Amino acid sequence: MLAHYGPQLVNLFAAVLLLLSFAMLSQRRMLSLINLFAAQGFVLFLTTSLVGALTGQHHLYWSALVTLVLKVIVLPWILHRLIRKLNVKWDVETLINIPTTMLVGIVLVVLAFNLALPISQLSGTVIRSTLGIALASVLLSFLMMITRSKAIPQVIGFLSMENGLFFAATGAVYGMPMVVELGVALDVLVGALILGVFLFQIRERFDSLDTRHLERLKER
Amino acid sequence: MINLAGIAAQFTELMLAILLAPLLTGWVNQCRAWLQNRSAPGLLQPYRNLNKLFQKEVVLAHNASPLFRIAPYLIFGSLALAAAIVPTLDIDLPLNAAADAIALVGLLALARLFISLAAMDIGTAFGSLGARREMMIGFLAEPALLMVLFTASLISGSTSLSTIVQTLAHKEFVIYPSMAFAGVAFTMVSLAENARIPVDNPTTHLELTMIHEAMVLEYSGRHLAMIEWAASLKLFVYSCMGLALFFPFGVAEGGDWVGIVLALPALLLKLAIGGAALALIEILSAKMRIFRAPEFLGSAFLFAVLAMLVHVLLGS
Repeated sequence: MLAHYGPQLVNLFAAVLLLLSFAMLSQRRMLSLINLFAAQGFVLFLTTSLVGALTGQHHLYWSALVTLVLKVIVLPWILHRLIRKLNVKWDVETLINIPTTMLVGIVLVVLAFNLALPISQLSGTVIRSTLGIALASVLLSFLMMITRSKAIPQVIGFLSMENGLFFAATGAVYGMPMVVELGVALDVLVGALILGVFLFQIRERFDSLDTRHLERLKER
Repeated sequence: MINLAGIAAQFTELMLAILLAPLLTGWVNQCRAWLQNRSAPGLLQPYRNLNKLFQKEVVLAHNASPLFRIAPYLIFGSLALAAAIVPTLDIDLPLNAAADAIALVGLLALARLFISLAAMDIGTAFGSLGARREMMIGFLAEPALLMVLFTASLISGSTSLSTIVQTLAHKEFVIYPSMAFAGVAFTMVSLAENARIPVDNPTTHLELTMIHEAMVLEYSGRHLAMIEWAASLKLFVYSCMGLALFFPFGVAEGGDWVGIVLALPALLLKLAIGGAALALIEILSAKMRIFRAPEFLGSAFLFAVLAMLVHVLLGS
């Protein structure tokens, strides 16, 4: 039963992951963005534990647990606190309008699928076809970081990119060694904390969270 | 060789759609009222409204053309035909050989065309405003709907809805990731097409925001009753289409009366859950500005395109 439907379920979760990436790309509101990020983390948790159950790789349960704690509970909580303190719940301003961004996103998905095709043929895992989706969600997060002008969506884009990378690692080689995974998790957590402090500094300096102000920095 | 059982099933299904459609509208309204902490109108309220409207006399504008008078019946007729194409109880429907998913979209477009023409016929400002908005929503929603249907067609290898339902429900159960995308796109399209909240508010009479209501302002009496009934029927058709594409389980395999009898409670249960979900979506979202609607429907189209891409590239 599990052996039969498991890979299909992983494919479905992969599709949902891509769907959530697109939803984040098209989302204007900061709060919904964070909720979508938490949802993406939850799907990642489900996928990782499912792959763990499918392949009997027990260290995947641990990485699933780390994902659940870190990306579904801690990071969204930090982000929620951050936007409450910075008082930035309003709409996100985008540099390119959203339909164009989505079109670029579709081109990126096609590109990612084509790029991943030869790689996934080399890989021997049961869920290798999801590698294209993982690559696509990494590229979509990149796109989100590029097209948003405010700092918090950029941070969320960065965190969601890590989700995509994590998924790629699970899909291609059944996850990274535990030490690497813990290191990355810690990195992301510390990154989010430092970026939080950084955001406060940006706002104090410029009275805004628009990172375009940073382009005009000069030594006085 | 006349397929008597098929014709009987077809007739049952059509009658069921026409009779149950106001009930579905009533159920959605009731769920919405509950979720908003209001006391709900009775489940049979749409039938009472229809009854009241059928008994009232028709008031026609002086410059109304014959088109204005026949449009309600044409709209109702094309939507009833659309309801007959969608397999709800049984797969083996005689009409399905004649009309496939593309014809279904065409029938829905026909209804939209006539309601817009009738709205512009009198020449009031609201009528043409509503008609133009409706056409804008329509031309954006239609390609997305076609793409969703094509995704299902790619899986089953046929544009006939019977074959699609048969492939999805009665072959070996397979999870199709592409249908997840198609499902999101379909939900967005059906919200827009049925004048539901993110795009239009079915209960509003506020001039600036209404779309569907602006078009039917000039209608009264039995004409209005036909149009309201047709609107319920449209919601029913879209719900059944969604159920046929994404939750086709429980539909009888054809020529089997026990199956049809069993399919009826399954259908009612699915419709009840679907209606409650629709009410939930409606109370959770705010109505958007009319100029956001192209973006909303553009996203729906892109999701539908992604569904096809995922199907082609993931091979499932």
